[in-house]
Amino acid sequence: MTDFDVIVIGAGPAGLAASLAAEKKGKRVLLVERAARMGGILNQCIHDGFGLIRFGEKLSGCEYANRYINEVRASKVEVSLLTFVTRIEKKDDIFHITLVSRSGIRIVTSTALVLSTGCRERTAKQVSIQGTRPAGVFTAGSAQYYLNILGEMPAKKCVILGSGDIGLIMARRLTLEGAEVIGVYEVKPTPSGLTRNIAQCLDDFDVPLHVSHTVTRLYGESRLTAVEIAQVDEKMRPIAGTEQIVECDTLILSVGLIPENELAETLDIELDPKTKGPVCDQNYETSQVGVFVCGNALHVNDLVDYVSESGDVAGSAAADYCGRKRELVDIIAGKDFAYAVPEKLDVNSEASKTVVFFRSRDVRDKTEVDVLVNGESVYKRKFMKLKPPEMERIVVDFSRVKVGDRISLEMWEA
Amino acid sequence: MVKEIICIVCPNGCSLRTEKNDGEVTVTGNKCPKGEEYAKSELLCPQRTLTSTVATAFSEHPVLPVRITGAIPKGEIKIAMLEINKIIVDTKLKCGDVIVKNFMNLGVDLVATDDVDIY
Repeated sequence: MTDFDVIVIGAGPAGLAASLAAEKKGKRVLLVERAARMGGILNQCIHDGFGLIRFGEKLSGCEYANRYINEVRASKVEVSLLTFVTRIEKKDDIFHITLVSRSGIRIVTSTALVLSTGCRERTAKQVSIQGTRPAGVFTAGSAQYYLNILGEMPAKKCVILGSGDIGLIMARRLTLEGAEVIGVYEVKPTPSGLTRNIAQCLDDFDVPLHVSHTVTRLYGESRLTAVEIAQVDEKMRPIAGTEQIVECDTLILSVGLIPENELAETLDIELDPKTKGPVCDQNYETSQVGVFVCGNALHVNDLVDYVSESGDVAGSAAADYCGRKRELVDIIAGKDFAYAVPEKLDVNSEASKTVVFFRSRDVRDKTEVDVLVNGESVYKRKFMKLKPPEMERIVVDFSRVKVGDRISLEMWEA
Repeated sequence: MVKEIICIVCPNGCSLRTEKNDGEVTVTGNKCPKGEEYAKSELLCPQRTLTSTVATAFSEHPVLPVRITGAIPKGEIKIAMLEINKIIVDTKLKCGDVIVKNFMNLGVDLVATDDVDIY
């Protein structure tokens, strides 16, 4: 007999929801978290706008997390804080997980595993910027940690590279705390963050957004003193002669998030090059049977509400997992999609209400999205506007799909 | 006068087309009634919510997230930040506890949005 039925790795919103869903099915659940408290990145998200879909209320990130944390505390879920997972092995269909914590090394076994390890920010080293390597270059999430958890101001006069949501949120937060935000520079021709964040975080504070611009060089010895900014062409290459020097003491990077899947890789789980998360079916079971994935480890979400939803699905599927045989059909997203999740459908499992998340590759007006089974439409929906930063969610009935069928997603001008 | 604004009420971020004639505001482009309400308030008296942190007396938990319980006029935000930054919390507050009642006489409370969590 195993120590636990389900082990959940990561106690952010996905892991909290997953462990509760599994526990509600009467399973023995262990929730492992490396930080000193549950909640994950929500703990530093003091801004509001969370939970509109889930709770019908506008909550701050911390408030949203607290609702789940209190529920976990009142449940039978065993929580192991300040604990790292250093190794996962699968022997005879049982997972052996090595945990390292203050009390030493502990090996625990489980029948099913949920990976809810979240995502990481792309760093300065992943976007090539020339020049010196001074202090004062932060990812937006680190700046947020300094300000909202440690209570320290990371900047007086700053430039933000990238228009991802955390960068926009930090532009507002730093301005409110008295820093000067010179501008947000985005290499792409369109912003990466949600439209409402551009309105409430930049426009409200007269912070300019410059699209098709990037930072090309850093200046400064011990601390950043200036950055060089250049306009870019349609292939995102800097245009000679457009360089300008902008004096600042801080550069904040909001240049994308990547699902964290180091543990998944050690289990030889197949990753989707588009989402950079594991390939999975509608129950969020990965290519490695018994291993489920949810939240931002699966694909980077815009809204925590959907992260929790995926945790519910993965946790409850992990609870029901009994090594049954899956029969998978590919769900193929057409060329106009940036990606679609899930990538597979298990026809041996409930599929009447399959949630499909997708992003369009480009900004598009009036578009019809069609879901086809063997070329025949089973679902249609018109969208007034599709934008890559805004994830869409549709619910499709796949209950009649059989092995050997072909599922495809297409979009066209409506 | 015709003005395009982005609704910030929910993640849909609808583009609202507003028209103001003799104090009467008409709104199109909103997917829900909240959009109309937002556009009217935005044209007549723009309001915003505010979240921030206050200092604490606990070194293990140096700042505590807070928010005001309703929207306040946009023009009051700067002063509100100055007031918030004067506060030092020295009790172990819980998420939802009121820190300042009727904050700046604006009819909203300043509340903690997290526990002072010391381990």
